[in-house]
Amino acid sequence: MQSDSMADRFIGKSIPRKEGRAKVTGRALYVDDMVMPGMLYGATVRSPVARGRIRGIRYAQGIPWDEFTIVTAQDIPGKNCVALMLNDQPCLADQVVNHAEEPVVLLAHPDRYLLEEARRAVELDIEPLPAVFTIDESLARQQVVWGEDNIFKSFLVESGDVESAWGHAHLIVEGEYETGAQEQLYIEPQGMIATFTAEQGLTVWGSMQCPYYVHRALMTLLDLPVNQVRVIQTETGGGFGGKEEYPSMIAGHAALLARKSGKPVKIVYDRMEDMAATTKRHPSRTRHRTAVTREGKLLAMDIEFVVDGGAYATLSPVVLSRGTIHAAGPYFCPNVRIRSQAVATNFPPHGAFRGFGAPQSIFALERQMDQVAKVLGLAPEELRRRNFVKQGETLAVGQVVREKVDMAGLMERALELSDYYAKRKRFAEENPRREVKKGIGLASFLHGAGFTGSGERYLASLVGAEATPEGRVRVLAASTEMGQGTMTVFSQIAAEALGVDYDMIEIVQPDTAVVPNSGPTVASRTCMVVGKLVESAVLGIRQQLLSSGLLPERYTSEQFRQACRQFIENHGALKSSSEYSAPPGVYWDDDKYRGDAYGAYAWAVYVAEVSVDLTTYEIRVDDFVAVQEVGRVINPVLATGQIEGGVAQGIGFALYENVVWQEGQMVNSQMTNYIMPTSADLPPIRVFFEEVPYAHGPGGAKGIGELPIDGPAPAIVNAIENAGGVNVNRIPVTPEVLMEALEGVHA
Amino acid sequence: MRSYLPAYDMRVPLELDEALETMARAPGEWKPFAGGTDLMVLLEQGKLAHRKFLSVARLKGLYGFALTDDHVTLGAMITYRQVQATAILQQEFPLLCRAAYETGGIATQNRGTLGGNIANASPAADSPPALLVYDAELELVSARGARWVPYAGFHLDYKKLDMRPEEVIRNIRLPRTKKNWRQHYRKVGTRRAQAISKVCFAGAALVDGGEINDVRIALGSVAPTVLRCRKTEALLRGSLTTEMVRAACDELAREIQPIDDFRSTARYRTRVAQKLLAEFLLGLIAPPAGDRA
Repeated sequence: MQSDSMADRFIGKSIPRKEGRAKVTGRALYVDDMVMPGMLYGATVRSPVARGRIRGIRYAQGIPWDEFTIVTAQDIPGKNCVALMLNDQPCLADQVVNHAEEPVVLLAHPDRYLLEEARRAVELDIEPLPAVFTIDESLARQQVVWGEDNIFKSFLVESGDVESAWGHAHLIVEGEYETGAQEQLYIEPQGMIATFTAEQGLTVWGSMQCPYYVHRALMTLLDLPVNQVRVIQTETGGGFGGKEEYPSMIAGHAALLARKSGKPVKIVYDRMEDMAATTKRHPSRTRHRTAVTREGKLLAMDIEFVVDGGAYATLSPVVLSRGTIHAAGPYFCPNVRIRSQAVATNFPPHGAFRGFGAPQSIFALERQMDQVAKVLGLAPEELRRRNFVKQGETLAVGQVVREKVDMAGLMERALELSDYYAKRKRFAEENPRREVKKGIGLASFLHGAGFTGSGERYLASLVGAEATPEGRVRVLAASTEMGQGTMTVFSQIAAEALGVDYDMIEIVQPDTAVVPNSGPTVASRTCMVVGKLVESAVLGIRQQLLSSGLLPERYTSEQFRQACRQFIENHGALKSSSEYSAPPGVYWDDDKYRGDAYGAYAWAVYVAEVSVDLTTYEIRVDDFVAVQEVGRVINPVLATGQIEGGVAQGIGFALYENVVWQEGQMVNSQMTNYIMPTSADLPPIRVFFEEVPYAHGPGGAKGIGELPIDGPAPAIVNAIENAGGVNVNRIPVTPEVLMEALEGVHA
Repeated sequence: MRSYLPAYDMRVPLELDEALETMARAPGEWKPFAGGTDLMVLLEQGKLAHRKFLSVARLKGLYGFALTDDHVTLGAMITYRQVQATAILQQEFPLLCRAAYETGGIATQNRGTLGGNIANASPAADSPPALLVYDAELELVSARGARWVPYAGFHLDYKKLDMRPEEVIRNIRLPRTKKNWRQHYRKVGTRRAQAISKVCFAGAALVDGGEINDVRIALGSVAPTVLRCRKTEALLRGSLTTEMVRAACDELAREIQPIDDFRSTARYRTRVAQKLLAEFLLGLIAPPAGDRA
């Protein structure tokens, strides 16, 4: 086989990023860099109240309103919704508003400064209605703010029989855990440009993760056929899930203004609008009841997991699903029950964010494991060691772990690299004398790659490949580059599969008129799922060349180029495509909510070392060790970067990033007041990979993007408890939260 | 940018006299614009209420520097960066250098000025507590002449200054009297850079043979203005005892007036202010361990 003789030319190598040069030299064009002739700027007038009835819209004097394009819900030609899952979210509020910052009126004008004056001059007359701001209020249903019961979705996972297990328990430990909202804080705010003509239909350019989500939302909103909507991804400065569903909203707004004005319209949010109005990570509450045997084996886990979805469903059902499936972690337990719900409140809708429900439920579980260990009198690592799932055992949803897994080995390595045992001993000795206490803690976890359950089967992603007349190979996929290195990794996979030079591979910028639907750029699926399709698609090119006799079995890059040229000369074109099919034996039962939830999991153990300053109650992470098994690592520098970035974001989630709400409105929507850690606040993040090639991933790779944000928060909070003996079960652990917890203990 | 730019006016006078005459003609109409590190943020947010500004960036008269046996005199336009780089300030006024180092990020430190920081009158500003501890004086100048005022007492209430609308701050003068005092500065801003203070503490004490002979305590972010805590200071005389530390901490809690806001809570600010005071005082008993500022 060609691929054997050429193995490892590109896979596993830190090839410089294909997209890097344009970015660092400033040549990369973001949507706000684009200007079109006659272009207008668009702005959004938003609800100042969390819930109410719209009585009227007034346009104050002093603004030349006749120069403005004004759009309300009445101007929507199709269905007034952001088409996604339940289609419950209006693109523009009509008669009622269900959250603060909900869009009500759109304005466009050539002068972006006058536009701001106009935005302030639109007065929304809204009769306030009682609003719901907590999970408990939502569950109590005193106000029904969504559907019939405030419930977007609920799941039940049952294996074994939890109720019959309690009687056999040596100990039963209960705990309650909460996580807060978190802002994605991609560096480039949301932005779109739309043009609309009767002949060509609608075209939008913008910053996004999922061109085909936007495409479908625009068809629905404007009632246009497939070929009358074109969506082009521009250079995207970060997403982290924040550009999964929201771009469909802002694209819809730009499109409505473009359609009504007949001119190109650009909408780019500033940081304040972006932070206040767009989606954030779902806040959560988890209750655990855990039974263990005398030997420290898990006997039963009863878990109630609730996420706050905000005012509309967006992706809450699937966020809930991933959070639910990850709630029992990388452990074997014979009796598990997980009851989960996504509830409605009157916050702006919460949505996709790296980890997608898993960081929330994993935080709870890994804190609970430390509590169980404490009650049992076991070291936290020992309890975990006794309960890690092994190859051949089943996870809570009934998935048999078929791949080789060695969590105990990963943990040993992490503990060794962090000097865990010695530090634990030393801190215990030194802490009584110190004003700044030290602690060390760990978390062990897994993260499923690709869509949950049957998601990938329904999606049936497509990837295309074609040879160019110059003898290069172009890859056509909808997967977006947003900082993670998609183009580089796809090029490595394609070059490796073909055995040709890396520079001969071109990755086409996602454009729905050009690339097939290979699904959204989410769920740690790009490398593992779409990358595999890239591999198959380019192999299709090679196969055609081989069959045609134009290419010998063994060939050079130059021979491959020649063969492509010749083939195109003979046949006009050389194309190939590949469609997803589930790996053999992988099956998920949607009705029973059981089976193979993911094709593959990444496994990890993270160790955090912290200082807790009892003068200021500030917590600092001093050292961080991240050991993970993610299958084959395609590009070590990029993979390490993913882990470092995820850990940094996880540190923010654990300690710093606190969304302050007042009547459902984010009041600290600025980077000065929403505290994300700076480089000065981050510890050395030491990243280590174990590589166990996955049979169905390209070159053996699994997913990696979301994994690193699951572990930091519980590892850090476990370390805080180790440092100060205080049991904090709510993140972010701001200094104020820690002070209250400590004073509660010492009062 | 949420402001309507055509609604704003900026003049750039080249001479101080010209600027002062403009301000004297219609007091309050034209406001000085120094580094702009706070005003530009308000402009971006659409919250800059005042519309007419005089840039003071070109006024040479505001860039003075003088060193005598008794004083260091700094022109109001000295930037945080320059504060940190000034040798005499490093040697004798370390709290000011520390405050300048901890203010904003590098860009802010390159543009932001000490005079602008004072006049902007944020209760969360980082340098003013150090200036209070050092008994700073301000020279205010208008078309009618110049006058020196003590910095302590300059802030009357939230954003309210003991200064006439036609005046600008020309100089900041620091008496060279604290060189041998034990000094301590700590900003609590939750992250190490680009932070706005939740509590900011500056303290200095003249300690001799274990006795406190004189002391200055000033805090930021715990009241409508930066605050010199004279009642607390008054309790700190003579040999330092645990009771004295406790009494001073109790007094401090009465003297400050912190609030709950989106950055922190009144409870946290009070507790941490007390703990920082205790940390400073207990440090006075401990042998000097180099510069703790």
